[in-house]
Amino acid sequence: MKFYLEVWRQNGPDRAGKLEQYEANEIPAEASFLEMLDIVNEDLAKKGIEPIQFDSDCREGICGNCSLTINGVPHGIGRGTTCQLYMRKFRDGQIITIEPFRADAFPLERDLVVNRAAYDRIMQAGGFVSERAGSAPDANSVPIPKVVADQAMDAAACIGCGACAAACPNGSAMLFVSAKVTHLGLLPQGKPENDRRVLNMVRQMDAEGFGNCSNYYACEAVCPAGIPASVIAHMNRGFAFASIKESIGVTV
Amino acid sequence: MTLDSKIPAGPLDKKWTSYKNTAKLVNPANKRKFDIIIVGSGLAGAAAAATLAEQGYKVKCFCYQDSPRRAHSIAAQGGINAAKNYQNDGDSVYRLFYDTIKGGDFRSREANVHRLAEVSNLIIDQCVAQGVPFAREYGGLLDNRSFGGAQVSRTFYARGQTGQQLLLGTYSALSHQIALGNVEMFPKSEMMDLVVVDGHAKGIVVRDMTNGEISSHAGDAVLLCTGGYGNVFYLSTNARGCNVTATYRAFKRGALFANPCYTQIHPTCIPVSGDYQSKLTLMSESLRNDGRVWVPKKKEDCAKEPKDIPEDARDYYLERKYPSFGNLAPRDISSRSAKEVCDEGRGVGPGGLGVYLDFADAIKRLGKHVIEERYGNLFEMYHNITDENAYERPMRIYPAVHYTMGGLWVDYHLMSNIPGLHVLGEANFSDHGANRLGASALMQGLADGYFVIPYTLGEYMASQFGKKVNPDARPFVQAVEDVKARVEKLLAINGTRTVDSFHRELGKIMWDKCGMARDKQGLEEALRKIPKLREEFWKNLKILGSPDGINMELERAGRVADFLEFGELMCMDALSRNESCGGHFRTEFQTPEGEALRNDSEYDYVAAWKYEGEGNAPTLVKEPLVYEEVKLSTRSYK
Amino acid sequence: MTDVFFAKKFTAGCLTEHSLAELMRTFTVMISAPSQSRSGPHPIFLWLLSSIGKKTIVALTGIVLLAFVAGHLAGNFTIYLGRDWLNWYAAHLQSLGPMLWIIRLFLLGVLVTHIFFTMLLWHENQAARPKKYIASDPVGTSVFARTMRLSGLVVLAFIIFHLAHFTVHLINPQFSHMEAMLDGHQVHDCYGMVVLGFSSLPVVIIYVVGLFLLTCHLSHGIGSLFQTLGLTNRRLHKMIELATRVIAWILYFGYISIPLSIITGIVK
Repeated sequence: MKFYLEVWRQNGPDRAGKLEQYEANEIPAEASFLEMLDIVNEDLAKKGIEPIQFDSDCREGICGNCSLTINGVPHGIGRGTTCQLYMRKFRDGQIITIEPFRADAFPLERDLVVNRAAYDRIMQAGGFVSERAGSAPDANSVPIPKVVADQAMDAAACIGCGACAAACPNGSAMLFVSAKVTHLGLLPQGKPENDRRVLNMVRQMDAEGFGNCSNYYACEAVCPAGIPASVIAHMNRGFAFASIKESIGVTV
Repeated sequence: MTLDSKIPAGPLDKKWTSYKNTAKLVNPANKRKFDIIIVGSGLAGAAAAATLAEQGYKVKCFCYQDSPRRAHSIAAQGGINAAKNYQNDGDSVYRLFYDTIKGGDFRSREANVHRLAEVSNLIIDQCVAQGVPFAREYGGLLDNRSFGGAQVSRTFYARGQTGQQLLLGTYSALSHQIALGNVEMFPKSEMMDLVVVDGHAKGIVVRDMTNGEISSHAGDAVLLCTGGYGNVFYLSTNARGCNVTATYRAFKRGALFANPCYTQIHPTCIPVSGDYQSKLTLMSESLRNDGRVWVPKKKEDCAKEPKDIPEDARDYYLERKYPSFGNLAPRDISSRSAKEVCDEGRGVGPGGLGVYLDFADAIKRLGKHVIEERYGNLFEMYHNITDENAYERPMRIYPAVHYTMGGLWVDYHLMSNIPGLHVLGEANFSDHGANRLGASALMQGLADGYFVIPYTLGEYMASQFGKKVNPDARPFVQAVEDVKARVEKLLAINGTRTVDSFHRELGKIMWDKCGMARDKQGLEEALRKIPKLREEFWKNLKILGSPDGINMELERAGRVADFLEFGELMCMDALSRNESCGGHFRTEFQTPEGEALRNDSEYDYVAAWKYEGEGNAPTLVKEPLVYEEVKLSTRSYK
Repeated sequence: MTDVFFAKKFTAGCLTEHSLAELMRTFTVMISAPSQSRSGPHPIFLWLLSSIGKKTIVALTGIVLLAFVAGHLAGNFTIYLGRDWLNWYAAHLQSLGPMLWIIRLFLLGVLVTHIFFTMLLWHENQAARPKKYIASDPVGTSVFARTMRLSGLVVLAFIIFHLAHFTVHLINPQFSHMEAMLDGHQVHDCYGMVVLGFSSLPVVIIYVVGLFLLTCHLSHGIGSLFQTLGLTNRRLHKMIELATRVIAWILYFGYISIPLSIITGIVK
C-alpha cells in the first residue's frame, strides 16, 4: 500500500513547527500504524532526513505511551491506541495527517512527542489510597459486591494516554481525573479519602491549565480503554458534596 | 571467587522468620540520612520506591518512560499467584513453593523461592488495600482462576489486565510518596552506567532523554529494577524500550550475571507476518483449553486453505506425542514442538512460521456462543491484528520470547556481589530457575519490592553510617565522561545502516541459534557471527541528529550496542550448560522421546559470569544449588 | 480555615492592631494561589473558582432559565383559549407591580450570570487548547454541543428583539395603545397585539429561526446540566439525552405553533 503523509515536524518546544509531506511506500496491509512510521523512518534515515520522533513502548495497547492524532482523531479511527490501528483500515493512496496530541497542558517536546507529566501531578494530588505496605488487613475481610468491583474496574482501566484531553475541544482532562476518582471512590478502601481526593485532584487539574468540560463527549468517543463519560457525572456529584462539606467545615 | 548466598540457617520454613527476627535495623532518624537510588518503576521498582520512602529513606527513582505508570509490568495479562487457599482446595505456602521449584526445573534457590511463597499472601492484602479491583464473586469475596501447571486455583486476576492494575497500585503508592516529598522521580531518564566507589555501588549516570543532558547521581545504595532482556531477540512480547543496558553496565562494573541463557518462550503468540514487524503479541494460554493444535502432514498442503485439508491429512502433533496432556502440554514443550514441525517445512502462514489452533471441534461441541463467551475478546484481538475470523478459520500461532529468568546474581538479601547494588524483579535471577510458571512474575516483582527489600536493605545500610560519598569524586566525573564519549562515538560513526537493521540481524541470530532449541554447533556459529556484527555496528551505524534533545535512534543505538555484547554472553552460557532444563533446551541432551534431559550431578548450579575486561572472555563462577527440602525429579507429561 | 479564624477574632471582641495585621496576611493568602492548607481562601471561593464550580453555576442558572422558558410557554398557550384568557393572564402579571420587577431583575441577573460564566469558561477553554488541529474531526461530539456559543448568542439577540417587540413595543409603538374590555375593566389588549405582531411574515421568520436556535441550545443544554450536576449515570445517560431532545423539540413546536397559527389564519 502507499500513503501520502503530512506529519507535524517541530525541532523543539520553542521552535516553529509545520506539516511536512512524506510518502509511505510498500506498506504491508498487516502493518500497524506505528510500524508504518518505522518503515517511513528507515527510508528517511537512508535519505539523510532525521527520523520522525514519536512515542511508543508496549505496542499492544496498554501502556498509553503512543500519542498521535491521525486525521484529527487522537489514536485514529476505531477504538484502541495508535499501536492497535492497522494500515488495512486506510485506503490505498490515502492522505494521512499526523499531528501530536494538542492541549496547553501537554507541552510539545519534539515532532509528535508531548509531555504528559500533568497527569502524573494530578495523580500525586490525590490519586491514591494512603496505605502503608504491611498495614493491610486480610484481602477478604471487606467483601465488595461484584457489581461495585466491576464498575471500579471499568473506571480503573484508564491507560493515562491523554487522548481524552487531546480530543476535547476545550483540552479538558475531566475523563482522566474522574476515572481515577470513580475507581477509588467506589471501593470501600478508597472511601475514607473521597472528599479530599476529589477536591485536590480537581484543583490540581485546574492548576495544570486543562480546560473545562462542556460535555462534548469527544473524550468518551476516543478513549482506548472505553471509559464511559458517566464517570464525569460521578465526579461532579462527589465534588459538589465535598465542596459543600468543606464549606461548612465538615471535611478537612 | 566464591559466592556467598547468605541463606539463613535453620529449617526452610523458619529461615525468613528467623532472618527477620535478627536482621539489622536502621532507626527512623537515620533512614532520613540515606539516599536510595532506584532504577526502574515497574512492579519491583515502584513498590520498592514507595515502601522504602514510607519507611523514611530518601528515594530517587528513575525510569526511561515518560511516566512511572508505563513500565512494561503493565502488559501482564493473566494474574498473580498467592497461597491464600481461599478456594479451600488444598493450597498452602509449601505447595506454591514446590510448584515454583518444580516449574523452574530445579534450578532455583530453595530459600528464596520459599520466601516468595511466604510473602505471596501479603501481596494480595496490600493490593486490595490500595484499591486494586481484583475480580470478585457475587458474594463479594475474591475470585480465583487456575493457571498453567498448578492443580489448585490460586491465581488472582483483574480481567485480562492484572499487570496493569497491580502496576497502577504501585504507581499510586509511589505518587503518594512523591507528593509527600519522600521520592524524587526522574522520568525519561535512562541509566547509562553504574558508579562504583571503593568497591561499593554509590551512584549512577543517567541521560535525560528530553534534553540529552548526561549527569551523575550519588546515593548510599543502588537498586536495579530494570526488567528482562527479551529484546535481545528483537522480536518479543516485551515493550520496544525494554533493554539490558542497566544490568549489563552493572555487569561491566563487576556484578555477576547469572544464567543469562534461561529464556522463556510463550507458545501462543500471533505469528510474525513480515520483516517490518516490531512486536509480537501474546494471546492468553487459556486458548489451548479448547483449541486443537495441528499442521498438515505433508509439506505440499501448507499453502492450501485449512478447510481444504481433510482430517486424515492433518497432524495433531501434540495429541499424538503427548496423549495424556495433549494440547495442554507445558509452555516449553509445546513451543518446541511447534518449532520442530515448522523446521520440517510443515508450518503454515507467511514464511511457514505458524501452526493452526483450531476451534472447529469446540464450536461443534459447545456452540459458537460458548466459545464467544470464553474467548470473545481474544478472537476480537486476533481479528484486529490479522484480519482473520478465528470462528471460521483456525488461528495461526507461533511461540515468541516472553520472559527472561536469568539476571544479575543476588544473594538472599537481593544484593549483588557489588556491595550496595541490589537487584529486584525480573532483573535478578533468583526465583524462577530455568523456567517461570504463569502468574509468578507479578508475584515476584511485588514480593521483592514490598516485602523483601524493605527488610533486607537495612542489612547493608546499617554498615554505611558516615560513609557518604562525595558526588563530585573522581569515579563520578570519570563515569560521566565515559558515557559522553560513548554517545559521541555512536554519533560519529556516520555509516550507512540503521540501528534497527542491526538489531533485527542480531535478533535473527539469537532466535535461530539461541532460541527455543540450541546446539553446540549453532551456538558456536552465533559466537562467530555476533562479534562480526558488532564490529560492523561500530563501523557502519548511521544515526542522524544531535545528542541534545530527543533522539530515539540514539537511545536505541546505545541499547543495541549492549545487546550486541550481551548476546554473546547468552550464547556462551548456553554453550557451557551441557544439559537441557526448563527454557534451555540443548538438542544434544534429550531423552529418546525428545524430552529435556537434565544433568543434576554436573549442572545443578547457578552459572554466574564475571566480566574480565574488554576483549577478554568472561569467567564462570558457580554457585552450587543445595536442596535440603525437595527431591529432584524428572518432569513428565506423557 | 478562614471562617474559623474570623469567628475566633470577632468573638474575642478585640480586633487589635496585631490581629489586623494577621487578618491582612490571611487576605493575602486568600487571593494567592490555590492551597491545600487551612490558611487558603474560603472553600466557597475555591469552589466558585474551580472548573466544576463555574459549570455548576451555568447549570443552575440554566435550570432557572429553562423553567422560565417552560412557564412562559404555558402562559402563552392561553392564547388558544381566546382573547379574554390571554388578556387576563397579561393583566394578572401586570398587577404584580413591584413583584414583577423583582422577578424581571432576578431573571435578568440569572441570564447575565449564565452568559458571564459561559464566556469565562469559553475564554479559559480557548487558552487550554491554543493550537487547533489542522485536520479536524469532531468525532463523538454533537452539532448542538459544538454550536452552543453561537446558538446562545443568537438566542440572546432574539431575546432582545422579543423584549423590544412585545415588552417595550419599540418595533410597533401602536402596541402600547391597544385596549380591550375584560370583566368590565379596560385592559391592555395583549391578544390583539400578538395577533397583529405575528401577522407580519418577517417577524414570524425571526421567531421561527430564533426559537430554532433556542431549541439547539437546549438540545445540548438540558442533558448537559444533568451531567454537570452529577444527576446521571451510565444507564440513565442515554435516556436523558433522548429526553433532552424530545423536550427541546416539544418546546420548539409549542412556541412556534403560535406565530404559525396566526400567520396561517387559524388564530385570528
